Amino acid sequence: MERTTLDFWVGAFVVAGIAALVMLAMKVGNLGTYNMSETYQLHAYFSNIGGLKPKASIKSAGVLVGRVTDISLDTERYEANVVMSLDKRYQFPKDTFANILTSGLLGEQYIGLMPGGDSEMLQNGEQIKKTQSAVVLEDLIGKFIYNKAEEPVKSK
Amino acid sequence: MPAAKTIKVIGRRTINAVWRIGLATRFFFLTLVYSGSSFRRFHLIVKELFSTGVMSLIIIIVAGLFVGMVLGLQGYETLKRYGSESALGSMVALSLVRELGPVVAALLFASRAGSAMTAEIGLMKATEQISAMEMMAVNPIARIVAPRFWAGVISMPLLAALFSAVGVFGGYFVGVVQIGVDEGSFWSQMQAAVDFRDDILNGVIKSFAFGTVVTVIALFEGYDAPPTAEGVSGATTRTVVTSSLAILMLDFVLTAIMFRGN
Repeated sequence: MERTTLDFWVGAFVVAGIAALVMLAMKVGNLGTYNMSETYQLHAYFSNIGGLKPKASIKSAGVLVGRVTDISLDTERYEANVVMSLDKRYQFPKDTFANILTSGLLGEQYIGLMPGGDSEMLQNGEQIKKTQSAVVLEDLIGKFIYNKAEEPVKSK
Repeated sequence: MPAAKTIKVIGRRTINAVWRIGLATRFFFLTLVYSGSSFRRFHLIVKELFSTGVMSLIIIIVAGLFVGMVLGLQGYETLKRYGSESALGSMVALSLVRELGPVVAALLFASRAGSAMTAEIGLMKATEQISAMEMMAVNPIARIVAPRFWAGVISMPLLAALFSAVGVFGGYFVGVVQIGVDEGSFWSQMQAAVDFRDDILNGVIKSFAFGTVVTVIALFEGYDAPPTAEGVSGATTRTVVTSSLAILMLDFVLTAIMFRGN
């Protein structure tokens, strides 16, 4: 088959297009950022999850260790049941503390894990017992105003 | 009796439109049926890829760059009010990948490549080249229409991806290099916000759909054009108008299906 410059340009066009797609996937999208090879599941009950969403990150000491996979309401306890999948490389002690934190003042919410001192590790499917709910900004402001009102007025 | 006349005209136009939609559908299926033989002669598709894809590269890249730069400027101005300039990257990338990339690239493609296709086929018809092919027992749909159709369908997603990628760099240039948004937060917020399957793949699916619609409209208008100079010019105009409207309407439908706000 004879080669023409036309073939070259079409080839260059297709390569450029595919390169753009790969660049979008790797650099713009989240495909290149974090890939968990093997995971294990944990779950935890929170009395209020605030704005936590599935796929939110789970961090320990600021390092991404997993993602939230499912959130549902447990109708026996009336608490939110959060299922998370964590990277197999990272094991946590039984008395690990799970907090719902916010990145920045108005950023997205994530779960922060604070490891305890237990020598036994959490296994697949187990529950994190110690949790702290999301800080709801409105509640915080409400408490602040309430406390202020309780303070005795200082007279000069 | 102007009222009766108006009703008459509306009725005639509606019936005509239904006729043409039916014809276009039949034309589309015929194109698909005769596609097999055009894949066996792939050099025909390559030739059309050159005139639709490669020739549209410059307009797509320049437009993408400037759209990205405008997004960077406008996004910064708006986000600054909420003190969240660091979200500029995710804003630019999401609006490009989800909407502007596929839609603007398709609009440019319709006016750059679609109108050319219509004019070319319309002129072939006006100069009786298509009848000549039929006389030689060459199927004009397999020989002329199908390669152009596949060239459009293949090149549209590539052009849209290029548009988005160049646009992201345009936004980066204005936001990070010129205004001075933090580079790390620009990229990391972008990567945190853009999901490969939900955003990028849906954008690619959108551009596939737009490519199909634009090329089918362009080819059909050309094939159906009255074989006169006036007819070809009218068909070219109709291609640009109809396919632009079709892109925008289809975009709403696809967006409603893909992103139902979760």
